Amino acid sequence: MSPVLASDTSINPARLTNMVRQDCGSCHGLTLRGGLGKPLTREHLERWDREQLVHIILDGVPGTPMPPWRPILTEKEARWIADMLKRGALQ
Amino acid sequence: MSVVFRVLIVCVGLAIATPLAAAELRGTGSLGIIVERTAGAVAIVDTVNHSIVGRVGGLGDLSHASAVFSPDQRFAYVFGRDGGLTKIDLLKSEIVRRVMQAGNSIGGAISDDGSLVAVSNYEPGGVRVFDAGTLKQIADIPASLAGGKTSKTVGLVDLPGRRFAYALYDAGEIWIADFSASDGPQITRLTGVGKLPYDGNVTPDGRHYLAGLFGEDGVVHVDLWKTPLTAERILDGYGRGEQPLPVYKMPHLEGWAAGTSVMMIPAVGHHELIAVDSRDFKEVGRVATYGQPVFAVERPGSHQVWVNFAHPLNDTIDVVDTLSLKVVHRFKAGPAVLHMEFTPRGHEVWVSVRDANRVRVYDAASFAEKATLEVKNPSGIFFTARATRIGQ
Repeated sequence: MSPVLASDTSINPARLTNMVRQDCGSCHGLTLRGGLGKPLTREHLERWDREQLVHIILDGVPGTPMPPWRPILTEKEARWIADMLKRGALQ
Repeated sequence: MSVVFRVLIVCVGLAIATPLAAAELRGTGSLGIIVERTAGAVAIVDTVNHSIVGRVGGLGDLSHASAVFSPDQRFAYVFGRDGGLTKIDLLKSEIVRRVMQAGNSIGGAISDDGSLVAVSNYEPGGVRVFDAGTLKQIADIPASLAGGKTSKTVGLVDLPGRRFAYALYDAGEIWIADFSASDGPQITRLTGVGKLPYDGNVTPDGRHYLAGLFGEDGVVHVDLWKTPLTAERILDGYGRGEQPLPVYKMPHLEGWAAGTSVMMIPAVGHHELIAVDSRDFKEVGRVATYGQPVFAVERPGSHQVWVNFAHPLNDTIDVVDTLSLKVVHRFKAGPAVLHMEFTPRGHEVWVSVRDANRVRVYDAASFAEKATLEVKNPSGIFFTARATRIGQ
């Protein structure tokens, strides 16, 4: 975990990890190798930077089933998820 | 002479007594499996005793896994997310055969004669069909599109006459693959049926195939008793004038199409069910529900439908009366209710509560909890009686 996030008490890593694996996983696969949605593996996400991923997580991708998670996640939480995905830490 | 005769009787007596004494003879009609999605395993359960009688692991990525059963209800075919197709012996609690048939898949079906198992694939798309005995591939039906692309397939079901129906998610088509002839499948393509069909199912009488659309408000209906086959739109623009909500879990059409006089169809992106007359497919009303419905499963022999919901409202179950179109019971079953399966004649319902690591068994009439089983991150529950039903 990065030093910035380590001091952030509003992040609950266990809850977010479970949510990414189980609930994002219902479209992206439990191991994040894809399903109806694209793979969220480290290799697949290389072409996007962190802020792009945060934007996709919070606002979704119009015209696709990817929903905006803003009603459920804070920006901090979305950034934490984007960082972890970029590192392959949730696979 | 009499000595020989006596010896013979003793031998015959022993031969019969041995398996009985070992208490190994039993039927499979009360068995079922529960998917442990995180563990890559299935628990084998007995629905009469509310007990776990076996466990089989090593099944790979079982997120969104489903299963069908052989006609004798001894073997389960489990479809994993990672393309794994596994044949399990329910009596011996062991893997009979296992193949990795694709990179990413989404469920399957078994033909009416029990001889073919078909799997719906995301990667590389299309459908592959296997011999149910050996799991050797019999046919590969790519879902090829213009420009060399392929389509993910969804909503794969069996139809009477060694046929399968499924929808092409990326192409907006419905295909019927007919394996009744020995010289390979005949494919009927219904094109331009609508944007992003996300799932499909067939009514228990084998007559109507329905595919839900994600990309537009509507449902596609194919009357399989008509020739030539055509796809027509029903419930067109059901959410007109209303802003749809974000969809955090795709609805599943399993169970939706089972209604005897009224079908309950999910309004994608809305907290409601659309009640549809199952003869003319016209809307007869709406039911406001607790959240966005995922499964709506009719209790056999009743006019009640049990409904679970998408994240984050997935701790609750609504029981809806299909005559009055009202929610008659609402309760919290626990964190992340993923699936519900009724016993064959509907006296009980088994409910997967993923984040509680529990499967709860309810009396379907009184709603009282009758038993709890410890199962790690349970998802799909499948009872062997599915072997006797079209489309399951």
